[in-house]
Amino acid sequence: MAGMTMIEALRSAMDVMLETDPGVVVFGEDVGYFGGVFRCTAGLQKTYGEPRVFDTPINESAIVGLAVGMAAQGMKPCVEMQFADYVFPAYDQITQEAARLRHRSNQQFSCPMVIRMPTGGGIFGGQTHSQSPEALFTHVAGLKVVQPCNPYDAKGLLIASIEDPDPVIFLEPKRLYNGPFSGDHTAVSQGWKSHELGEVPDGHYAVPLGKARIHREGSAVTVLAYGTMVFVAEAAAKATGIDAEIVDLRSLLPLDLETIEASVRKTGRCVVLHEATKTSGFAGELIAVVQEACFYHLEAPILRVTGWDAPYPHAQEWSYFPGPERVARALETALED
Amino acid sequence: MTLKTSLTFPGPPARPGGTPDFSGLHLAEAETFGVPPLDVAATGCADHANGLIRVLNDAGEAVGPWAEYLGEGQADALLQGLRDMMTSRLLDQRMMNAQRQGKTSFYLQLTGEEAIGCAVQRQLRKSDMNFPTYRQQNLLISAGYPLEPLLGQLYSNAFDPLEGRQLPIMHSARDYGFFSISGNLGTQFVQAVGWAMANALTGGDDIAVGWIGDGATASNDFHTALLSASVYNPPVLLNVVNNQWAISTYTGVAQGRGHSYAARALGYGVPALRVDGNDYLAVTAVTRWATERARAGHGPVLVEWVTYRAAAHSSSDDPSAYRPRDEAAAWPLGDPIERLKAHLIARGDWSEERHAQAEAEILSEIREVQKKVEAAGTQVEPQDMSARGILEGVYAEMPEHLRRQRQEMGV
Repeated sequence: MAGMTMIEALRSAMDVMLETDPGVVVFGEDVGYFGGVFRCTAGLQKTYGEPRVFDTPINESAIVGLAVGMAAQGMKPCVEMQFADYVFPAYDQITQEAARLRHRSNQQFSCPMVIRMPTGGGIFGGQTHSQSPEALFTHVAGLKVVQPCNPYDAKGLLIASIEDPDPVIFLEPKRLYNGPFSGDHTAVSQGWKSHELGEVPDGHYAVPLGKARIHREGSAVTVLAYGTMVFVAEAAAKATGIDAEIVDLRSLLPLDLETIEASVRKTGRCVVLHEATKTSGFAGELIAVVQEACFYHLEAPILRVTGWDAPYPHAQEWSYFPGPERVARALETALED
Repeated sequence: MTLKTSLTFPGPPARPGGTPDFSGLHLAEAETFGVPPLDVAATGCADHANGLIRVLNDAGEAVGPWAEYLGEGQADALLQGLRDMMTSRLLDQRMMNAQRQGKTSFYLQLTGEEAIGCAVQRQLRKSDMNFPTYRQQNLLISAGYPLEPLLGQLYSNAFDPLEGRQLPIMHSARDYGFFSISGNLGTQFVQAVGWAMANALTGGDDIAVGWIGDGATASNDFHTALLSASVYNPPVLLNVVNNQWAISTYTGVAQGRGHSYAARALGYGVPALRVDGNDYLAVTAVTRWATERARAGHGPVLVEWVTYRAAAHSSSDDPSAYRPRDEAAAWPLGDPIERLKAHLIARGDWSEERHAQAEAEILSEIREVQKKVEAAGTQVEPQDMSARGILEGVYAEMPEHLRRQRQEMGV
């Protein structure tokens, strides 16, 4: 057990899997010699050699296309998109090839691979380094979509993803790479190493896909969140004193329906929270799920707090990025009726 | 409107009503091109990539360095090749008729291109993997794939190993080296490179075989595959089937001002050859060379097979709307079956009588299988297929939301 940042925890997961499974390979832009622009793969090439950890041309479609071929052959590629914003050239390979291979071949072929990508804003990345494209992937049957919010889960979920027999989109909230987020962008951020969720076992362990985590227990209102927004919700709950139950979804596809439903049935109120744009965002799916299963338990309309329906702005990102104040208003509104 | 600058919009030499014109296709003599060393570099292949490698001359004789490379004593193998091609064509005819009778929703013929898939497959091992397009179903025939599942897939009935999930002709047969076909053209060219890399990483000497049409060479996947193959040097054979037409789009639209598709590979440092794709012997010889090369660790090679799509693109296409009706007959590289047949007759290994007899035998076999498979349901006389399977195999294990949907489906 050691205190780790999320970056170190992710690296530790790849390290464990490279060591234990000769089928695991790690590749992507700059991930080899340099160790990735966020240094997630630093040192892995030195330890495991070039056939296991290597650099690729700057072509996301090629990275995923090669991974599909390798995975179908029986290997387990864990590839990196340098930023989630760069995944779009690979969208065809992910959604129409990797996601469907098992089904269309009636299980003759499958695609056990992981596509890691730093996601979300809050680091002044502008509109091509801050996007949250999760809804584009949760709409695709055959994919799994995961987003951790702390180092312990990051390592356990990445190990589970690499071991998973199906393709996994692994979204890493880069605002949380080095520490949790109080919701106040002017505050000095506390590092993960002194945080309980930064305590990470050294060896192999898995956090199962499809299982949510209760981040904060409460009885007044359920907040469904993932990634950075888990901490924004926590800040809002603290600021308002509202007894909010915060559910960290961890897996967006498949969703932990039981945990979500149990929480909303208990509290009777629900606020959904994400950074991505509002229209046709993942919040719409969460609201539908809750409405379908918990309608007669609801005491107020389900609310959503999201990014605005505009491209992610560079200079105004703190007006775009949902903060504790917006979440606090939603919590108060949810309790009004 | 007067333009200061100019644009070009490539088109075929002839449209419907016009005279077919293939004067742009330069036919070299079979003796012209030597067999390169297995470790040849791209720079040593320029003539091969820009020329046209042939073995059979116009008199049906096997001549030149590639014929010598093949060697003597090929009668049995060639007769098998002829039979593969005849099966492929007869099956095409039967299935096209079945589509016209409404028994299946869709079909794609490969008439005129039989030599390519049939000859390439006969040079592969069972453990090699093709990443085919929808016009290489004859890879399955030459691999010895049983006709029942082959036809069952076309009828989407109980004989279909894919249980009706894919459009007819989108086969998948892992045990016969046939990867699941994607309708998104080009995507699998780079996947073949990935598979080949995995073969190399896991220590075997199996190879991957990528397939793409001339039209889809315009997709970025063609370039990503070539670049990746160039960077990592895996054991992959990359095939471009240049059959002159991408539905109604003339090959020049994908080709631009490049001289040949093969020559494009040279810019990536990948050796390439351009071959008469209607010559079963030339396809055999070049594939043997390319697979030997890949297995010996010399890396990728790209082959452009020059051929002509004699039939429509698919059962939904009408080529008389965009090309001269008699264009196929004017194709200067002839018909692959007729050419191999003539060669075998000329060398005394075959006769018109035996050919007619073989044709009758193959047809009878196909009809028998067809009858058996059709009994399990056709589009006009369907037998219910359970919808239950729709939600199975989306994931290795069925997640809760799919379980709920299956319950909702009520099956």
